Amino acid sequence: MEGRYEIRIAGSGGQGVIVATELIGMAAALYEKDLFVVQSQAYGPEARGGKSKAEVVLSKEAIDYPKVIAPRLQVILTQPAADEFAPDTMPGGRIVYDDFFVTSIPGFSEEGGVEHSENVIDAHTYVLPIVRTARDKIGREIVTNMVALGAAGRVLELDKVMSPDSLRKAIVNHFTDKKIADLNIQAFNEGYALFKESVWL
Amino acid sequence: MAEINRVAFMQGNEALAHGAIAAGCRFYGGYPITPSTEVAEIMAYELPKFGGKFIQMEDEIAGMAAVIGASIAGAKTITATSGPGFSLKQENLGLAYEAEIPVVVVDVMRGGPSTGLPTKVAQQDVMQARWGSHGDHGTIAYVPSSVQECYDLAIEAFNMSEKFRQPVLIMSDEVVGHMREKVTLYKPENLIERAKPSVPPDKFVPYLADTKTQVPEMAAFGDGYRWHVTGLTHNDWGFPTNNPKEIEKKMLRLMSKVNECRDEIVKFETFHMEDAEIVVVAYGSVGRSALRAVRDARKVGIKAGFFRPITIWPFPDKELESMIKQGVSILVPEVNCGQMVNEVERAVHGKAKVTLQSLVNGELFKPSEIFARIKEGC
Amino acid sequence: MPSPEVIKWLRFKFFPHIWCPGCGHGVIMHSLLRALVGLKLDQDKTVIASGIGCSSRMPGYIDACTVHTTHGRSLGFATGIKMHNPELTVLDVMGDGDCTAIGGNHFIHACRRNIDITAVVMNNNIYGMTGGQASPTTPPGAWATTAPWGAIDPAFDICKLAEGAGASYVARSTIANPKQVEQYITNGIKNKGFSVIEIITHCHTQFGRKNNRRTPIDNYNFFKESSVPLARAKDMSKEELKGKIVCGEFLTGTDAPEYTEKYGEVIKRAEGE
Repeated sequence: MEGRYEIRIAGSGGQGVIVATELIGMAAALYEKDLFVVQSQAYGPEARGGKSKAEVVLSKEAIDYPKVIAPRLQVILTQPAADEFAPDTMPGGRIVYDDFFVTSIPGFSEEGGVEHSENVIDAHTYVLPIVRTARDKIGREIVTNMVALGAAGRVLELDKVMSPDSLRKAIVNHFTDKKIADLNIQAFNEGYALFKESVWL
Repeated sequence: MAEINRVAFMQGNEALAHGAIAAGCRFYGGYPITPSTEVAEIMAYELPKFGGKFIQMEDEIAGMAAVIGASIAGAKTITATSGPGFSLKQENLGLAYEAEIPVVVVDVMRGGPSTGLPTKVAQQDVMQARWGSHGDHGTIAYVPSSVQECYDLAIEAFNMSEKFRQPVLIMSDEVVGHMREKVTLYKPENLIERAKPSVPPDKFVPYLADTKTQVPEMAAFGDGYRWHVTGLTHNDWGFPTNNPKEIEKKMLRLMSKVNECRDEIVKFETFHMEDAEIVVVAYGSVGRSALRAVRDARKVGIKAGFFRPITIWPFPDKELESMIKQGVSILVPEVNCGQMVNEVERAVHGKAKVTLQSLVNGELFKPSEIFARIKEGC
Repeated sequence: MPSPEVIKWLRFKFFPHIWCPGCGHGVIMHSLLRALVGLKLDQDKTVIASGIGCSSRMPGYIDACTVHTTHGRSLGFATGIKMHNPELTVLDVMGDGDCTAIGGNHFIHACRRNIDITAVVMNNNIYGMTGGQASPTTPPGAWATTAPWGAIDPAFDICKLAEGAGASYVARSTIANPKQVEQYITNGIKNKGFSVIEIITHCHTQFGRKNNRRTPIDNYNFFKESSVPLARAKDMSKEELKGKIVCGEFLTGTDAPEYTEKYGEVIKRAEGE
């Protein structure tokens, strides 16, 4: 990994995007060697609803500026977040959208083709059933963030940033109740598989 | 007892709370306020594990009063707040300066004035830290810029507070308080404790200061020494006075006990100052944006340097001046309308052109914004 | 003359005191000291806190662990002291303005917590030290420099306020009955919880002079004539009680737990983890 590797997970309050990034940070800080990490978040006064974004910066060197400049990876769970955050993706990076809440993919036309305009985003774009997997396959929408984290975990593995096992360790460390940890691991694995079996648009 | 030594991944506010406990803090009194609340929450959970006490008071004023009270009873104490709460703390902070009671006060700065921006970063309180409570006094205030520094400076703040018998401030900010980083928690060595009376109770003159340190010894209520604490200007016996000689002696000592030790209090960090033609002076979270911008400038061949005050009070003025060559340009990015910039101007005595870069939109500077000004020559 | 035991508790070094000749605060201080002596309290383990005002100068004259704080905030300081070292006996002496105006919020919350502190409230219906401004206990119609046409604000009933907020010992007396004052302060200190003793006193200099009670003795006579024991007051109508001072113990302990003891349980739970 060269330089900074920046990740943003965005959605609405209550979707757990902050915890998801916190776990990436914990995995990097506690279970990976020689990886510097800063995690941060921005939020409004609402505990539920409203826009919510959380970010992680990873690097082999000490990190100065703690916020994201141009994320290599974004996981976006709502339409307003997609509209606001997709454009600053690092060229050649990856964006993972939730297919339930993000219905209009930035940079793509209504018919699904690439827009031939300045709106085009130079990134590999994936549209995955993150919320639907949590809700329908696992039966708990509350684990949406762990499905999202699983997808992110696969990307971080492909980009040789960190091992998905570090993330699994962070999950087990974070959820002290074993049953809850198991549920979250299951959701993580579903998300990981979702990305592994996906293709970009 | 809970384990102190460990590596953790946590927020600046959390690290600050753990640092306080490691420094021997055993009392927290306060009132919840964003973005400082995590400090209170961690203290509420952790302190009783160490036999310490946490109390949520009815307001910010009472929170400040309670920590001063507990300190008089012998505890190392801390309270944390933010903008509006810091304003409310000023009244009793003044009492702690006047009565020389050690206590650590944290202000996690957010945008103001008034309720302002509870969840957004600012550095608008650094002058309030210096001049907020009415009347003169020496000020010690730290501005951390990382989670590790929150931990380290919490310990340092307690040491200085105990040493000089006065409030010490930690002026954190929303970004530093809420971001998470890896932090090494450790048991500090050589903690400084307030000087206890060296004479028996019948010989104890509570505000008779040591001539060298200028700091009086302090007995805890309950340990056999009876003394009087007052917010009124008082003589060596701690009793109110209107005697001009006694008033002046007290006032001058309050100032000089800190001022004469400023060299050992002042802390700062530099990067590539040796040949710098453009110097960026920045602190707190802005220091991180600035360091990035300076690194980027060096990459394109600009001789940029970086100076970061870690104590904003006392301000590292001598140190900055000694590193500045005649004619350099100094850029001072602050997330306020210009506060520390005046100190920088004062420090360099006209040797450099000082330019403020102000940002007051609730966001942290992007490195590119500072870089652009460096490239333009400020 | 004070007894030798009481004299032991005085800081003659800090005399003369600032109170006007004939001021009721001296009567209260003497009653308070007799209570401390009677309870055989240790001067090294007794804390007396105060805020700002004439009454708040009292701790300076008492040879104990004393703390003279900011206006209205003394209970915050006292709470911190008591929390950190529950073995200390903590008293807080304050005036009516200190306690119920600027310190009103602190007062009701100290009551609510039922922390083991004894609040002695010296109610002289006025801000005396600063020249006679209206306080929350200035009776409607009375003259004050800031109510030159007569006060219109209703007055607080400090005892009712304390009882409603959760104090576990509440009593009222006047300086015309110093033995009773001593007894109530004694009972208040003995009570394991927050105790409030309101003592009606006078400021003949700033209040009496303008409200037909010019001399100290006018005030003593007024207190004697107006005082009604609680037992008798129970059978009196609202009309009959108008202008009277009901004296007695309104509350002598409740089953509410004491705050520092409750926190002791918190420590046990946390340390057990």
